[in-house]
Amino acid sequence: MDEFSRLSLHVPEPAVRPGDQPDFSNVKIPKAGSVPRPEVDVEPETIRDLAYSIIRVLNREGEAVGPWAGLLSDEELLSGLRHMMQLRAFDARMLMAQRQGKTSFYMQHLGEEAVSCAFRRALRKGDMNFPTYRQAGLLIADDYPMVEMMNQIFSNERDPCHGRQLPVMYTSKEHGFFTISGNLATQYVQAVGWAMASAIKNDTGIAAGWIGDGSTAESDFHSSLVFASTYKAPVILNIVNNQWAISTFQGIARGGSGTFAARGLGFGIPALRVDGNDYLAVYAVARWAAERARRNLGPTLIEYVTYRVGAHSTSDDPSAYRPKTESEAWPLGDPVLRLKKHLILRGAWSEERHAQAEAEIMDAVIQAQKEAESHGTLHAGGRPSVRDIFEGVYAEMPPHIRRQRQKAGY
Amino acid sequence: MARMTMIEAVRSAMDVSMGRDEDVVVFGEDVGYFGGVFRCTQGLQAKYGKTRCFDAPISESGIVGTAIGMAAYGLKPCVEIQFADYMYPAYDQLTQEAARIRYRSNGDFTCPIVVRMPTGGGIFGGQTHSQSPEALFTHVCGLKVIVPSNPYDAKGLLISAIEDPDPVMFLEPKRLYNGPFDGHHERPVTPWSKHELGDVPEGHYSIPIGKAEIRRKGSALTVIAYGTMVHVALAAVEETGIDAEVIDLRSLLPLDLETIVQSVTKTGRCVVVHEATLTSGFGGELVALVQEHCFYHLEAPVVRVTGWDTPYPHAQEWDYFPGPARVGRALTEAMEA
Ligand SMILES: Cc1ncc(C[n+]2csc(CCOP(=O)(O)OP(=O)(O)O)c2C)c(N)n1
Repeated sequence: MDEFSRLSLHVPEPAVRPGDQPDFSNVKIPKAGSVPRPEVDVEPETIRDLAYSIIRVLNREGEAVGPWAGLLSDEELLSGLRHMMQLRAFDARMLMAQRQGKTSFYMQHLGEEAVSCAFRRALRKGDMNFPTYRQAGLLIADDYPMVEMMNQIFSNERDPCHGRQLPVMYTSKEHGFFTISGNLATQYVQAVGWAMASAIKNDTGIAAGWIGDGSTAESDFHSSLVFASTYKAPVILNIVNNQWAISTFQGIARGGSGTFAARGLGFGIPALRVDGNDYLAVYAVARWAAERARRNLGPTLIEYVTYRVGAHSTSDDPSAYRPKTESEAWPLGDPVLRLKKHLILRGAWSEERHAQAEAEIMDAVIQAQKEAESHGTLHAGGRPSVRDIFEGVYAEMPPHIRRQRQKAGY
Repeated sequence: MARMTMIEAVRSAMDVSMGRDEDVVVFGEDVGYFGGVFRCTQGLQAKYGKTRCFDAPISESGIVGTAIGMAAYGLKPCVEIQFADYMYPAYDQLTQEAARIRYRSNGDFTCPIVVRMPTGGGIFGGQTHSQSPEALFTHVCGLKVIVPSNPYDAKGLLISAIEDPDPVMFLEPKRLYNGPFDGHHERPVTPWSKHELGDVPEGHYSIPIGKAEIRRKGSALTVIAYGTMVHVALAAVEETGIDAEVIDLRSLLPLDLETIVQSVTKTGRCVVVHEATLTSGFGGELVALVQEHCFYHLEAPVVRVTGWDTPYPHAQEWDYFPGPARVGRALTEAMEA
C-alpha cells in the first residue's frame, strides 16, 4: 500500500445556505476595549496579533471603552451620526428611483455606513481616496452636494460625468475622490502610486486605497502590497470585508489565510482588523494609520469587519445564496443604532431628537432629489447631449473623432 | 426538441459536455452555487459536484492561468469571465500563454480551454459592461474566436469549442441572451420561444467552427455581421427593402472567407457591421479581405457601420450602438454609390 491516499480538491463553502439557520459562531469577536493601541512607529512584527483580532470601542451597553476610545467630541460624533443617517436615507431614495426606472442601476451601503463616513474624518483636504463603488460616505461626510451625486446617478443634463459613466461612479478631485473604475482592484495600486508621487514631491498629502474582500483576489491587490511595502508609500490600504462578493462568500478569496489583514504581514506592513460597524473604532484606527502615513512611516493595511445587509446591487437577489435572516444574525450590530445608543448614553442625544433628525434628513434628501429630477432622469427630461459621447476621449478632439461626431449629426 | 433561450442553450451545451466527458470542468466568478450572474451555469454544481463546477476567486488571470494548467494535465476547462470587460487582467495568460503553448512546445503540451464571456451593449451597462473586445483576440494567432447569434448556434458551437483541441474564446452577446433583438430599444425583445432558432435539440450536436451561415439570401448587396448585429442588419434590410444577403459569421477566427467571397462576388456591394469601435476593429480586416478577393467585382466602396471611437457611454448608449437606422443609411449609401 502506498503511504499516500488519493488527492481530492478542496473547494471552500460557506457554513450555511438559504433555508439554513444563520451561524456566525466562527467569527471570533473580542471584548470591546480589549485590543491594545500601539504607538504609531511600532515595529510591524511586534503587532502581528492585530491582524487577527478585532479592534472595538463601543461595547454592547453603548459605552466607549479601552485604549482606542476618547478621540471624538460629542459634536463630532453627532455629525458622524448625521452622515451615516444621510447616506442611509440617500440609498433608500435612490434604490426606489432605480425601481421606478429613473436610473439603470444602483448600489447601496446598508450596514456599512460607518466605514466610509468615519474614515473620511481622519483625512485632510489634499489627501486622495481611490474608492470603489461602496464608499459614497466619503463624499457625504465631506459635504459633497447630494444633488450632484443624484445628477450623476440620473445621467441628466447636469451630470458631472455627462452621462458617460455608470451610475454611482462619482468623481471629484476637489473632494479627494478619484474617478471610480468598474474593473475591480485597479484603483488600489493607483492609490499607492499617488502616495509615492506625494513622497517624491516631498508633499504632505496621503492616499487611501479601497477594495472589497472578494477583490483582494485580483493581482492588482498583490502588486499594491509589493509597491507599498517596497517604497514605504504614505498610503492607507483599506479592505472592506462585508462577507460577500456577489454570491461568493469571503472564504473563496481568503482561502487558508487567517484573515484578509494577515495578507499584509508577509510584506512587513502593519495590519489591523477593526469592527467596521463601530464608528468610533473605525475613526480611531483610520487616524492611527493616517498619522503613520503623515509621519512618513509608510503604509498600513486595515480590514473592516462588516456585513453587506442589502443586495450586492440592484441586479442581485441575495436570497438565492444566503439565509434571508443572516443580516439580523450578524453579531456586530447596526452602525447607526450603535452610535445612536452611545450618544444617548452620553446624554448628547435622545430618541425624540433622533426621530426628528431622521425626518429632517429624509426631507433634505427628497428636496435634493426633486432638484436633481428637475434636470432630468435617465429616461425623461434633460439629458446629456449625444455630442458628449465624443468629448473628452482626448484633451483635443482628433479629426477622426470629429468626423464621427459629424456623421452622428452633432 | 425544446425551445431554449441562449442562456439555456449555453447551459445545455456545458451540461451535455460534462455528462459525456468527465474531463470537462466549469468554473469562474459566482458560477458554482449561484449559477453565474446570468445563470448560464445554474444547476451544474448540483448535478456534477463542486469539484467539477465551482466558484473562483475574483482573479481573471488566476482563472485563465489555472485553466491552462488544468489543460496541461489533461482536463478540458470551460471557464467564465463574468463580463468580457473583465478579461483584461487575464490578457497575458490568454495571448502569451494559452495561444502559444502548442506552438512553442511543439505539441508536447496543448491548451484545450474555452473562455466564455458575455459581450456587447444595449443593457445600459456603461463603459465596463458593454465592450466588444473580439478584435483583441482575432489579432492573436493560436486562439479561435466565436460569436453566436442565436440559441441553436450557441449550443452547437459551444459543444464544438469544448471538444476543440485548442483555446477558444466564446463571446456571448448578452443582448441576445433572452431573445433576438432588432435594434429598436423602445420595442420589447421577442423571446426565443417565439423564434425558430430557439428550437434546440436537448442532446449532443455540434456546429463546425469556421463556417458562416447565410441568414437571408439576396442579390443586391452583402451585409457581413455577427452576434447582435445580425439581427440589427436583418431589421435594416427589412426596413429599407433592399434585397441584401446577410451573412452571420458565427466564427471570426478561423473565418469563412469562401462564403464572404462568393456572396460579394455575386452582389458586388458590401456593408460590414459590428458594435465594437471602428478604428482597428475586426471590420477593417473584413474590408481588407473583401477588397483583396473581390476587387474586380465591387461596384461600390465597402462601408463599415460600427460603434464610435470612444468608450461606451452609459446614458447615450442608443446613439452609440448601431441600430437599423444607421445600418439602413449605410445600405442605401452602398446601393447609391
Ligand atoms: C475585474 C473585474 N472582475 C469582475 C467584476 C464583476 N464584479 C463586480 S462587483 C463583484 C464582487 C466584488 O466583491 P467585493 O470585492 O467583496 O466587494 P463588495 O461588492 O462586496 O463591496 C464582481 C465579481 C468586475 N467589476 N471587475
